[in-house]
Amino acid sequence: MITFLIILSIVLAVLAVGQLMRVFEATSKLKGEVSPLPTDAENKYQAKMMLVFLFGYFSFFVWLVARYGEFLLPESASEHGIVLDNLLDFNWYIIILVFVITHVYLFYFPFKYVFNKDRKAYYYTHSNKLELLWTTVPAIFLSVIIVYGLSAWVDITMDETPKDAISIELYPKQFDWTARYAGVDSTLGNSNYNMISTSNPLGVITPASLAQKIAEIEAEIAEFESELSLAPEGGLKQEELTELIAKRNRQREKVKSFEALEGLNRGNDDILVKSEFLIPINREVAFEFRSRDVIHSAYMPHFRAQMNCVPGMVTEFHFKPIITTDQMREKTQNPEFDYILLCNKICGAAHYNMQMTIKVVEEEEYNKWLAEQATFNDGFTVSDETATTEEKSESNEISMIELK
Amino acid sequence: MATGHTDHHHEETFISKYLFSQDHKMISKQFLITGMIMAIIGMVMSSLFRLQLGWQGESFWILNFLLGDKWAPDGILDPNMYLALVTIHGTIMVFFLLTGGLSGTFANLLLPLQIGARDMASGFINMLSYWFFLGSSVVMIASLFVETGPASGGWTVYPPLSALPQAMPGSGLGMTLWLVSMSLFIVSSLLGGLNYVVTVINLRTKGMTMTRLPLSVWALFITAVLGVLSFPVLFSAALLLIFDRSFGTAFYLSDIHIAGEVMERTGGSPILYEHLFWFLGHPEVYIVLLPALGITSEVIATNSRKPIFGYRAMIGSILAIAFLSFIVWGHHMFMTGMNPFLGAVFTFTTLLIAIPSAVKAFNYITTLWKGNVRFTPAMLFAIGMVSTFISGGVTGIILADSALDINIHDTYFVVAHFHIVMGLSAVLAMFAGVYHWFPKMYGRLMNRKLGYAHFWVTFVCAYGVFFPQHFLGLAGVPRRYYSNSEFPMFDDLVSINELVSIFAIVGAIAQFIFMFNFFYSIFRGPKSSANPWGSNTLEWTTPVEHVHGNWPGALPVVHRWAYDYSKPGKDQDFVPQTVPLEEGELDGGAGH
Repeated sequence: MITFLIILSIVLAVLAVGQLMRVFEATSKLKGEVSPLPTDAENKYQAKMMLVFLFGYFSFFVWLVARYGEFLLPESASEHGIVLDNLLDFNWYIIILVFVITHVYLFYFPFKYVFNKDRKAYYYTHSNKLELLWTTVPAIFLSVIIVYGLSAWVDITMDETPKDAISIELYPKQFDWTARYAGVDSTLGNSNYNMISTSNPLGVITPASLAQKIAEIEAEIAEFESELSLAPEGGLKQEELTELIAKRNRQREKVKSFEALEGLNRGNDDILVKSEFLIPINREVAFEFRSRDVIHSAYMPHFRAQMNCVPGMVTEFHFKPIITTDQMREKTQNPEFDYILLCNKICGAAHYNMQMTIKVVEEEEYNKWLAEQATFNDGFTVSDETATTEEKSESNEISMIELK
Repeated sequence: MATGHTDHHHEETFISKYLFSQDHKMISKQFLITGMIMAIIGMVMSSLFRLQLGWQGESFWILNFLLGDKWAPDGILDPNMYLALVTIHGTIMVFFLLTGGLSGTFANLLLPLQIGARDMASGFINMLSYWFFLGSSVVMIASLFVETGPASGGWTVYPPLSALPQAMPGSGLGMTLWLVSMSLFIVSSLLGGLNYVVTVINLRTKGMTMTRLPLSVWALFITAVLGVLSFPVLFSAALLLIFDRSFGTAFYLSDIHIAGEVMERTGGSPILYEHLFWFLGHPEVYIVLLPALGITSEVIATNSRKPIFGYRAMIGSILAIAFLSFIVWGHHMFMTGMNPFLGAVFTFTTLLIAIPSAVKAFNYITTLWKGNVRFTPAMLFAIGMVSTFISGGVTGIILADSALDINIHDTYFVVAHFHIVMGLSAVLAMFAGVYHWFPKMYGRLMNRKLGYAHFWVTFVCAYGVFFPQHFLGLAGVPRRYYSNSEFPMFDDLVSINELVSIFAIVGAIAQFIFMFNFFYSIFRGPKSSANPWGSNTLEWTTPVEHVHGNWPGALPVVHRWAYDYSKPGKDQDFVPQTVPLEEGELDGGAGH
């Protein structure tokens, strides 16, 4: 029935267009010779429309500012963000001025100099003076913008990270974030993607996680070997299993080589948290970013902070929060307000919902909270048994998919 | 048909005239119509994802009807399909409409006609260029119908997302077809571009010195040079991506653990891809924009009945923009963790582009000053183009600033900026070009009243769609989000999205006014005279009915620049380039 209605409406639409064309033709025949050029009336009408549009465009701009201006980001919650906000405002003053002036002339001139057959346009090919003027004036403004902008950029990105900064790693994967704190020793432990397992989502390298990963790989190898013994001779499955076993062997060698790394115990006291992380007010926080799978981007709009998370690379950004969550709730008069971390580089289907809440608190509260969190080593030994079986079933599932 | 050129003239079959034509005028029409079809597809896609963005999570019958139960179950768009629509919309608009469609149409139509040549340097290569373009269009459309969906990693298709089929369904066969299509597209662009460059350098008629060329020719010529220098780099990026996807290499991959498995291939970097992509990607912006500026120059000068102001400065700024466009690509990558010093260099070079751009804008406005302005539809679109060029250009100053980019990178602010400055400017100029040169292409006139209606609805809706998006960006809304409802902080902005979607859909429907006007006028429009707008340039000295070799007799000889409009002491308000200089008369373009 619906299909029929669609076909019917298409047919009707075609007929309507056909009728329209006939009416059209009839009227143009009545008019006789058609001039390609607009009539005086048309010119005058369009000239007026120039001013109407100019007025409408500016009004739209003003309306948008009035209607939505208050919903833009609240004042910066980080120290460097204040510099950026001032820089942005400075840019706006210049830009809006240029925008308004050029638009007034752009739409006023066609209105004023609308076609008149008794008048000739002014034959004005060029003026070195004028052109010099509007090369140098923008150049001067731009040099100011460049100097101001670059000094902010250098201050924010090229300064030394203070020694007492808190180290946090933000680690994304499709589609969530994990934050890792450096712990008591203020140093993040080593990590490697070969070490990743359910119980060790970031691949942190510690003596315990190494032993567990090696055991896990060996268990997998054993399982594949038993499957291999059942697989028909010379079949596809045999080939794939052999390949998988070789791959696991290579991974085991790789993992074993980490045993020689220095500072293996640095990761023991690391703290991993999900969905929400805390940072203290007025302390520099130095973030490191890696990624497990594709490019993500850690975007913390309230702190005017962003950095891409690129697989195979460690990127960095640091800032100092200056307003606690509670203070910001008061300022915005929104008791629900929270700082957030979101993903800002297209990463797949659930890209739009990769978030973590950030809480800025007083240092005491931060220390108390941190002390309550389980360290990597705690969590690791506790969930050891269950995690291994979980991981096993997960990897089995995947190898089954591969074999298909 | 005139018979001046027996060497060129022969009886043509339908196939040689309309399909495998080697005549630049016919190839230009082929590019235009293929580009229009692609544009409609890209536009419909944007309307579909605007439905989701404007009314998030609501059910629309049309989505289910067009996309089926798999991609729009119960009329609600699937997130993967949302990303696919965004990706293919971007690819089609940037490459197929505004590169292939725009340059292909106007370089083909205008270069030989405006420089006084019989045809392109190589008609055969020109034909190949179109057929590669059509082939790549067909492959791109075919990719919409594969089971796992078309490419969905954004139009920039950054690896590893685009390299690994495990990362998203769209990175399967759809992505392979995207790469095949783009490779064909690049071949088409290179064949076309080489031909345009050679034609302008070698085939200018007697008296047509470089400083007498219309600005449209300058713009299209420099565009072709940009394409020839930058598209090969995109080709290498695509080729390496094909290798990573299909042949087990790791140019762009390292340290990846995906779908529960460790990837053994290491040593590459996705950042390499970004560099290669944007080495094309930024000149690409000017490949889109320069032809638009060229068209606008012609239309504004002709309809202001006034010489383009600062002809030499206009050429200078085209050259400056073209040169600078090759050393600014890093501004797309400020947040990749690249060396901050490098970021500072790219900020500097990028902001320099504002100077030649400002010169162009001021020169357009001065051309209008004390003109005698005729409001043809083409003129309206050209004025609109200058407006979007300014409105979108000024926000570029903010985005070029690496420090400010920290907070607005990849937000809707970027979407607003590039859609206005590149998308709208180029589309409006393309419309200006079609309305202006339609009599040359088809020997008939388009309907003016429909043209006016088309312009105002399009122009108002265009700003209605993209201007509010600045505010979304300043509120921190990231682009390419299927839905904003997961974040309470964006709740106050829901009505912006609704407003934008309404403008987008009304604007899209308004394009059917144009389509009707265009196709109706091809067959039934009133006949045009040879020079309907009173223009100076050479294309208006050819007969209305197209002939092979363009001019029935000898090639025209050029005596003056292209902008002698309203020259004092002349009876008419235009003096075609073929009119000899009187004794003691100075050539206007000579720069004294």
